[in-house]
Amino acid sequence: MSRAGIWQFLSFFIYLLAQVVLMKNLVLFNTAFCFIYIAFILFLPIETNILLLMVLGFLLGFLVDIFYDSLGMHASALVLVAFVRNFWLSRITPQGGYDAGEGPTLAANGLQWILIYTLPIIFIHHFALFFTEAGGFGLVWYTLSKVFFSTIFTLLTILLLQYMLPGQRRS
Amino acid sequence: MERLFYFFYQYRAFFTFLALELFAAWLIVENNQYQSTKFFNSSNKLAANIIGTTQGIKEYFSLRKINAELAGENAQLRTRLEQRNQSLYTLEIREVDDPKIINRFDFVSAKVINNSVERFKNYITIDKGALDGISPGMAVISAAGAVGKVKSVSDHYAVLISLLNTDEFTSSMIKRTNHFGSINWDGKDPLYSQLNFIPRHANPVVGDTVVTSGFNAVFPEGVLVGIIEEVSLGPEAQFYDLKVKLAQDFSSLAFVEIVRSNLLEEKDSLEQVTIGESK
Repeated sequence: MSRAGIWQFLSFFIYLLAQVVLMKNLVLFNTAFCFIYIAFILFLPIETNILLLMVLGFLLGFLVDIFYDSLGMHASALVLVAFVRNFWLSRITPQGGYDAGEGPTLAANGLQWILIYTLPIIFIHHFALFFTEAGGFGLVWYTLSKVFFSTIFTLLTILLLQYMLPGQRRS
Repeated sequence: MERLFYFFYQYRAFFTFLALELFAAWLIVENNQYQSTKFFNSSNKLAANIIGTTQGIKEYFSLRKINAELAGENAQLRTRLEQRNQSLYTLEIREVDDPKIINRFDFVSAKVINNSVERFKNYITIDKGALDGISPGMAVISAAGAVGKVKSVSDHYAVLISLLNTDEFTSSMIKRTNHFGSINWDGKDPLYSQLNFIPRHANPVVGDTVVTSGFNAVFPEGVLVGIIEEVSLGPEAQFYDLKVKLAQDFSSLAFVEIVRSNLLEEKDSLEQVTIGESK
């Protein structure tokens, strides 16, 4: 296994623990949740096989579900993220394409690109997650407000992490 | 046939996606069934250990408050015991002679290691399980009032379905008028719940006490649920919309008591027999 591979393997568990130990206890104003574990799927290398992505997504979501007592919900939302990720990546390819072996990171592609990349995917994930949890569209506006504020919270946390992680940076 | 395989191969991403999503959907539906002894939830040993450690750290920050609450509860129980002794002494009676009836319920104390109030379906994990005699379906109360029911157990841990869960219905009644209804959370404010199915003629007022009804035999009768905070009645509605301020503040839940109902089986089988005969 390459060095990057080992790092990715470890990051799977780091994201899982960060989610269930830290972020689970951090809910702002009863509405803003932070689902940091999406970042694992988001920042895997660009050429990662979509089948592998989905299986990893299911696995990670399933493990998160165990801690949240919400069997299947995080798993289904994260599989959705893994499914749309590569399509979205190929849609927003910057001029000149991606560098080989590069992750879709802030360091490699800049702030504007990373916003365009992460925002819709985080939104889709939170939308799917909160509406399955609510069990339908009974509380549309309340649920939407949860989706909205949580998207901002997760986005900011992910961006912050991208600025802070030095290992990924390559200039 | 070859074409078919080629078709599947071409769209393998989509079909894998579909398969995984269907599997997840099945898990969600399966998990929503009330009462299950499942392995994949937070009563799982490893998960509960991790959560328990986190909770242990978190607890240090609220020790003062928990202490104060427990001391308050102690004082309250002492007062009540003394009042009961006094009234029994002056009346010169004992309520019930049958020790089985007196010991109908017993209580197991447990510590909350995992709790949430922000989601639509909130669950609580506690540090007592099957080895302490806890089984799915038992009622859980705290010093302040009703908390929920046991959903699933492992050897050392149990997952409770909290009153703050949109799937949970608890048979309750208005103490003053004895009208029955059902407590069901609307998923919004963790301090308030709704009392449904109170008929038009019941005339509930703000400040009425809502207690468990004991009709389901899970909860002992008369456990405090909350106090009516808002009363509204639509012009054509059959039932009142009642907003109930919950007695238990779920965001600061530290210790709970599991109610073991020793005569539950007898009551259930008696009812079963009676219902069977009436057919």
